[in-house]
Amino acid sequence: MKHEVIIAGFGGQGVMVMGQLLAYAGMAEGKHVSWMPSYGPEMRGGTANCAVIISDEPVGDPLVSEPTAAIMMNSPSLDKFWRGIKTGGDLILNGSLIEKEVGRNDIHRYRVPINQIAVGLGSEKMINMVALGALLAAVNIVSPERLLSCFAKKFAAKPAILASNTAAFQQGYDCVAKRTL
Amino acid sequence: MSNKVFARPRALTDVATHYCPGCQHGIVHRLVAEVIDELDIQRKTIGVVPVGCSVLADQYFNVDCQQAAHGRAPAVATGIKRVHPDKVVFTYQGDGDIAAIGTAEIVHAAARGEKITTIFVNNAIYGMTGGQMAPTTLANQITATTPKGRQEDSAGSPIQLSEMLATLRGAKYIERVSVNSPAQMAKAKAAIKKAFETQLSGAGFAMVEVLATCPTNWGKTPVEATRWLNENMLPQFPLGVYKNANEV
Amino acid sequence: MLEKVLMKGNEAIGEAAIAAGCRYYFGYPITPQSELIEYMAKRLPEVGGMFLQAESEVAAINMVYGAAGAGARVMTSSSSPGVSLKQEGISYIAAGELPCVIVNIMRGGPGLGGIQPGQADYFQATKGGGHGDYHCIVIAPNSVQEMADLTALAFNLADRYRNPVMILGDGALGQMMEPVNFDSCKAMLTDKPWATTGMGTRDKPNSINTLQLQPEKLEEVNVHLQAKYALLQTQETRSEAIWTDDAELLVVAYGISSRIALSAVKRARDQGMKVGLFRPITLWPFPKSELADAVKMASAVLVVELSSGQMIEDVNLAIRCSKQVYFQGRTGGMMMKSSDIYDQILQIIAPQGGN
Repeated sequence: MKHEVIIAGFGGQGVMVMGQLLAYAGMAEGKHVSWMPSYGPEMRGGTANCAVIISDEPVGDPLVSEPTAAIMMNSPSLDKFWRGIKTGGDLILNGSLIEKEVGRNDIHRYRVPINQIAVGLGSEKMINMVALGALLAAVNIVSPERLLSCFAKKFAAKPAILASNTAAFQQGYDCVAKRTL
Repeated sequence: MSNKVFARPRALTDVATHYCPGCQHGIVHRLVAEVIDELDIQRKTIGVVPVGCSVLADQYFNVDCQQAAHGRAPAVATGIKRVHPDKVVFTYQGDGDIAAIGTAEIVHAAARGEKITTIFVNNAIYGMTGGQMAPTTLANQITATTPKGRQEDSAGSPIQLSEMLATLRGAKYIERVSVNSPAQMAKAKAAIKKAFETQLSGAGFAMVEVLATCPTNWGKTPVEATRWLNENMLPQFPLGVYKNANEV
Repeated sequence: MLEKVLMKGNEAIGEAAIAAGCRYYFGYPITPQSELIEYMAKRLPEVGGMFLQAESEVAAINMVYGAAGAGARVMTSSSSPGVSLKQEGISYIAAGELPCVIVNIMRGGPGLGGIQPGQADYFQATKGGGHGDYHCIVIAPNSVQEMADLTALAFNLADRYRNPVMILGDGALGQMMEPVNFDSCKAMLTDKPWATTGMGTRDKPNSINTLQLQPEKLEEVNVHLQAKYALLQTQETRSEAIWTDDAELLVVAYGISSRIALSAVKRARDQGMKVGLFRPITLWPFPKSELADAVKMASAVLVVELSSGQMIEDVNLAIRCSKQVYFQGRTGGMMMKSSDIYDQILQIIAPQGGN
């Protein structure tokens, strides 16, 4: 099994950290992983994105041009990546910032009000955990428990944020899980 | 029984130098070596010699030496000193090396307060390559590349490095001297000693600028050259202590 | 085995250098290798080392010259335009036979170029770069783990052969994260009786001077260097050969390009095509005989680089132009897709294999 994920958004939406957490969790599950950022001027204001590969086999090409799953946190990112998603793939759309429809019926689309959920839980900073929850509900890349334990490890210095981010992850997860049930 | 009153310093090797008759590099070498002897640091000193007439000075100083690319002696010395902070590191550089191609390196070594000692020999001309204009060449001075004299409006004006470096906080001791007379030599040696002591105390960067003659490339006899230095270089490059943070 | 950590390639180089005993770093910031200089700024003081941000690339490489001459394990790093600035110093370091490690995380050029990945400094790295007859040992990792393993190897080779070693990476390898551990990163320290450490109890001073005004003597210096390079060519070539035994088409690529190529080769194999991948790990010394072996069964070669074609010259020399050699390259920071390489594999193979 090989998951190729693109996570894209504005600089500052935490897309790089999201990808790192996913890769970190994949590594913890004994998978082969890679994380590749797009860097440069795009990091300052435009779209930022990273490509994460989680695979049973060693990762060859670390670039992803046809993702099996994608999280699009804003409109410009969606414009850039929606065509490339593999048939049968999963797309998490940030409904809080994206209004347009995606004209593809060959992929699973999940519109999640990511910002609203995070704000509702007290902080917009938690949008990345909402998004990751939604992604892992849509496609079983790594187990939710593993991702949360990796989060706890990565932010071990800030134990206070664990509970709220777990809640954010759960709401993102539920938002997709309940809809698909 | 005779009493030996004059001998070669231990920090100089027993070889004839390649310097021209009347060149004052030999004097400066000797003063540096005497200071190294007097401070008893020969076995813990590492010299960095430049590109220029003193490129072969590693054969004359009886201490460990590295020869640096043109202008880079302060960077090389920085590398050595950072590895061996307990050793004594000095650079020996000419005017083209230190004030033209290597300006950035000396300015930043001084700004960092690098604990090294720089001996800067300023003879207002490029010696090794045959008498071309130096950054310290005087206005209207004739050289191989300023055949009608250095025109300040196109070839620039002499760089006064001691004055420049004295503005930097990392520079702790800066003095300009000459070796044109026995009295001047004594003063020069005292300055060189202070510059090494500044390093030994851990205070920071120290430099002694030594005005020196280059009879060959000036087209003068050694005696004429000393007179020319006094009459022409001293007004442009006044002797004196430009920085002495040790006293503060 | 130690637990693997998820790290950027640039950071892995830094950690591996420290594991290999490097305690001195001199550098200047430039994208896309700034994580490395920042990592060293943070980590070196923690292990009793010394970090210095130099005023220029020129100063940094000369600080490396000084520190290496003083006997230290020392490193500098930069990206393409900055490495151009270091070339004078590298020539002096090679001439002085001073061991050190120089990292080039390549970006697209020429000129100021861009900040995206490139492999267009191959000529500069392997053919000299600075003046005179000299070579750096040039090592090209293709994963974060290799960034670590080969950095440690670089320090050990540098000391063993008294030669500068260049790690030739690129912006993609430098920025990407993969799991890595540092188990194999060991310091094999050697005595350096030639170093300028202050005479101490020695009878005679040590001197490092690359000036030799007598041509006879300077020629002797060159003969000595060439003997070392000849030894390196027999002892220290490294490469990886995947599915080359029966390969009718041999893809040759190094660094990040070899990762992209591997995916294409794998796909072609899955489709039953006899395609192999040969990856030089040392770019200098170039693994000539290994490549000549790998290419035996092949009727064609495809060289893939992020350049207009530089390593392809060494490939042609190694196989003595005995096969048809095709090329795929991107420049300017653009990267080919593995599907682009796959498509070219199809084009090359299809006419030969019939339908």
